[in-house]
Amino acid sequence: MANPIEQFEIKTLVPLGKIGGTEIAFTNSALFMVGAVALITIGLTAATARRSLVPGRFQAGAEVLYEFVAKTLREAAGHDAMQFFPLVFSLFTFVLTCNLLGLVPGFFTVTSHVIVTASLALLVIGTVIVAGFVKHGFHFLGLFVPSGVPFWLLPFMIVIEVVSFLSRPISLSLRLFANMLAGHIALKVFAGFIVSLGALAASGGVTGILGVAGATLPLAMAVGLTALEFLVAALQAYVFTILTCIYLHDALHPGH
Amino acid sequence: MATPVTAQANVPGIEHEGASFPPFDVNTFGSQLLWLAISFGVLYLLMAKVIVPRLSGILADRQARISGDLEAAAKAKTDAEAAGAAYEKALSEAKARAQTLVHETRDRAAAEAALKRQALEAELAEKLAAAEAVIAEGKAKAMSSVRGIAIEAATAIVERLTGEAPADAKVAAAVDAVRR
Repeated sequence: MANPIEQFEIKTLVPLGKIGGTEIAFTNSALFMVGAVALITIGLTAATARRSLVPGRFQAGAEVLYEFVAKTLREAAGHDAMQFFPLVFSLFTFVLTCNLLGLVPGFFTVTSHVIVTASLALLVIGTVIVAGFVKHGFHFLGLFVPSGVPFWLLPFMIVIEVVSFLSRPISLSLRLFANMLAGHIALKVFAGFIVSLGALAASGGVTGILGVAGATLPLAMAVGLTALEFLVAALQAYVFTILTCIYLHDALHPGH
Repeated sequence: MATPVTAQANVPGIEHEGASFPPFDVNTFGSQLLWLAISFGVLYLLMAKVIVPRLSGILADRQARISGDLEAAAKAKTDAEAAGAAYEKALSEAKARAQTLVHETRDRAAAEAALKRQALEAELAEKLAAAEAVIAEGKAKAMSSVRGIAIEAATAIVERLTGEAPADAKVAAAVDAVRR
């Protein structure tokens, strides 16, 4: 149990067969993805089922969530970006729910796998590129040509802009993945210290007293880290969402 | 829970997993991508078709209801103000009409009274004239009979004194001479 990496292992629950040499199965990761989606959709549908004019507690929560994401999108990308609202709202709720579900002891953290965060990041960048070309055609490439720059600097600037654009999906996916991974490893390591030093305390005598003192410190750390991880879970979901909104702004208004 | 056991389990575990760190285990990517596509696709569809329209509908309904109520309140206010103004106008009109009615009635009553008085005065004057005429006639008649009486009396007096009846013509001439 003390192995801090074990929590990220993908376990096959129901093998489904092979497609071109790749094993396809219903895994613990898939279970939590489906669980998160079920939680979001059933929760939001049930909360808004009554369509009350004066909202109840759950409907008010759903409305706050909606207004929060809508405000973020409108402020970062403008009113015409509201066509992407279902995507942005799906991303925010999915990442937030997966992050928070991962904090339940024994639960799997979907967003601690780089393939998942990278797929979501590529979905965002793909949407930006497609929407940019659909809306502006080849003018979308003006995104890479900053205005007000001396022409001899332009080739240099274009290279920088292209590199910065290409680094977006990488930073977007790695930020979420690394935060989740590191946080869960740190929690597990400190929890492991509590167990080993607690066992020392159980042995009694002078070492026992040292063990009690030694186990209390990582326990306090684990409590603090848990609170921090809740903050990180919500914050990273928000960061992912607002960066998505900012990139969508580039797709809709590519001028610098 | 003994320390040596966990420590021993720990060390080989890391070595074993170090060979394939789970997040970088390419063998699991296929399943993860498949289930991510399925679950996120379903989430997106439900969001786009059910949840977002419903939530935005709820918020739009509330916005419409609030602005509608505010509009209705403003309309009711202007209506009430208009009704108040109309009431004031009707009241002042009624007052003015009552005033003119009072004036008219008073004038008409005064005119009627004047007319009646004039008729009465005329009638009285007529009666007065008639009475005066009757009196004048009586007076004339009496004055005319005074001469006959005087002649008769003079004749009778003369006859008593002289024993002889004077001539009527002489008596009449004497009476007329006296009356003149």
